[in-house]
Amino acid sequence: MGFDWVFFTELIVGGLMSGVMYSLVAIGFVLIYKSSGIFNFAQGTMLLFAALTFVKLTEGGVNFWVALPVSMGTMVVFGILVERFMMRPLANQSLLSLFMATVGLAILIEGLAQYMWDSAIHGLQLADFLDLALLDPVNMTIFVVDYIEWLDILISKFDVFATIVAGTMILILAVFFQKTRTGMSLRAVSDDHLAAMAVGIPLSRVWALVWAVTGIIALIAGLLWAERVSVSFTLVEAVLKALPVILIGGLTSIPGAIVGGLIIGVGEKLGEIYLGDLIGVQGIETWFSYFIALVFLLFRPSGLFGLKTIERV
Amino acid sequence: MKTKLWITGLAMATAMSATAPVMAEGEVYIPMPVYRVGPYATGGTGYFGGIIDYYTLMNMTEGGVGGMKIIWNECETNYNDQKGVECYHRQKEFQGKQALFFDPLSVGISTSLVAQGRKDKIAIIAVNHGRTEGQRGDVFPYYFMPGINTYDEHSIITAYIGELEGGMENLAGKKIVLLFHGSTYGREAVEFTHMLCEKHNCSSEAIEVPHPGNEQTSQWLKIRRSKPDYVVLRGWGVMNPVAMQTGVRMGFPISNLIGNIWSNDDGDVKPAGSSANGYQAITTHPTGRVATVIDEIVAKLYDQGQGDLEDKSRIGSNYWNLGVMAGVIHLEAVRVAQARFGADVNSAQVRWGFENLNLDTARLTELGANGLVPEIKTNCMDHVGGHQAKFMRWVYAETKWEVASDWIDGDVELSQAIIDAKAENAIANEGITPRDCNDPAQRDDFDV
Repeated sequence: MGFDWVFFTELIVGGLMSGVMYSLVAIGFVLIYKSSGIFNFAQGTMLLFAALTFVKLTEGGVNFWVALPVSMGTMVVFGILVERFMMRPLANQSLLSLFMATVGLAILIEGLAQYMWDSAIHGLQLADFLDLALLDPVNMTIFVVDYIEWLDILISKFDVFATIVAGTMILILAVFFQKTRTGMSLRAVSDDHLAAMAVGIPLSRVWALVWAVTGIIALIAGLLWAERVSVSFTLVEAVLKALPVILIGGLTSIPGAIVGGLIIGVGEKLGEIYLGDLIGVQGIETWFSYFIALVFLLFRPSGLFGLKTIERV
Repeated sequence: MKTKLWITGLAMATAMSATAPVMAEGEVYIPMPVYRVGPYATGGTGYFGGIIDYYTLMNMTEGGVGGMKIIWNECETNYNDQKGVECYHRQKEFQGKQALFFDPLSVGISTSLVAQGRKDKIAIIAVNHGRTEGQRGDVFPYYFMPGINTYDEHSIITAYIGELEGGMENLAGKKIVLLFHGSTYGREAVEFTHMLCEKHNCSSEAIEVPHPGNEQTSQWLKIRRSKPDYVVLRGWGVMNPVAMQTGVRMGFPISNLIGNIWSNDDGDVKPAGSSANGYQAITTHPTGRVATVIDEIVAKLYDQGQGDLEDKSRIGSNYWNLGVMAGVIHLEAVRVAQARFGADVNSAQVRWGFENLNLDTARLTELGANGLVPEIKTNCMDHVGGHQAKFMRWVYAETKWEVASDWIDGDVELSQAIIDAKAENAIANEGITPRDCNDPAQRDDFDV
């Protein structure tokens, strides 16, 4: 039997779509790291907290178009509080101290989420709120063969929807960072804190803004992930998918997070199917994505798009 | 100075011993290793909530069990093996009273405690799950899995697929995929699934989903390529709704996805939304208010503002019903022991009670549990005792399960060979000297 090209194509398409979901989580890491040099351990719990807030509001009868801005507002307030009570007091401390503070923050949010809401599993169907063909709960699949006769592959409509949302968000972020005054301040802070302060950029405000934007991204990523995996504490584990992505893409690059996500998405699928069959072991995709990241690191220690750090001695 | 310290210490010790609580006569103690927080809290709050509600009802209506008031204390395990074992050591004695048994609802915790339970003479209970060779009571006298074991589960699922196909003979030529959780629990069914298909002339394939199972695209693409007639879902936690959603997204008919005993909770299907409509799963304890004991709990506890569940809509849900079922089994074992040894029983005697359960329809009716609890009859060689289950189907529009089959028996004959082989392996590798269950003296000796 020859090589099944149709199946291979389906695998690549499926991998790219999954990769977009990983990129979404990875972007949150990149934003915080770019602005403050911290690896935000609390990213996963922020995802959970944001999605849980939204779901509990809608379950309580709040309209989608009210719940969404309220949840965003909650994440903005959260960002401001993090800056005021965590970042500002630790401003001149070592990066390790700041990292440990995010570990504490993760534990705090996890407890807070259970205290404020609950620990049950909640379903989220965006189709309940948005009347879109791509969210059709009955016909959830696009059969490409209906359009291209020789290509018998299928594509998940929801994955297409998620890709469009992620793409739009990335575009907005790109414009924000490249074209707006605030975005440029943020880039200046990420390049050099002291120099940015010297030219009058308020560090506190920039940090608060970054944490707030990261909170909003966590909300959008959380909602898309929740549609796939429900809102439960397992959402925190979505972060495990993002770690190899940022290792490949580099911690400082948004395009890196996107390319890294796509590489991991496709790589783990190909590994699971073809390498798994070859070595006779299944379920390898979880560690295989880290293996891919390690291989990349051997050749590009700063990731594909990460900045090379040269320190004078 | 030393004398002063000594006197202070003595005074403190005296004061402490005077105030140290001691359980009253006429009470029995049962530990409650709960998990109310963390990723598996839905299962933990439901299961232990059901047990607590049943114990509370018994304390209220019958003064406890056999006239002895039931006392329990909670320890949070977080569904973590290490914490669970710590809870066991902390809870095996309470206010001077020994625990009657230990039921943590966790494969990891219960399996970790098999040897320790035997050493302490405290039965470890794993309702509907656990180390399958633990069925052999001659090898594992202090380990019980009342209900069904893994092999029962999968032979019953195969029998149900046969029913759906209009007879077991129609399984010939069909293809069944086992989609399993990447863990010891998940892998346990792989070999037996192939054995079942060998017996019934169907073909089988096992596909692993790595923990936690929140990404299953490649697995379902594999399934799409294999074109199976049925997929048996051996999932856990988030893997279940993701399997349903991804399966439907890949065009697989949800009615041909059959869930196992840990893929049958409301918390598994509700998050999957409309994708779960028509999904079927095995159960030993149908959901809903299916027995008079549940009505009694509602009337005497929840309607009076009591009851362990904060969310009343979870009354009759899968895990809560499983908890009530476990409570019924627990206290029946205590009653069986009390009938032989008197009201104030110890843990070794209760072990004997678990080994001599006879929950037939008449007894279940007396207990108000008929319709909820399957018939269970244990003995020295069989610590499972039920070996039968029903199926239910999820109706999305009504947000409820409907019963889809009658009781179906497991293929005990086929599973016994593999259980025996594993038990022999345990005897050889774990230094276990088995009892002779054919010898009445050994069989009836409670203190083994």
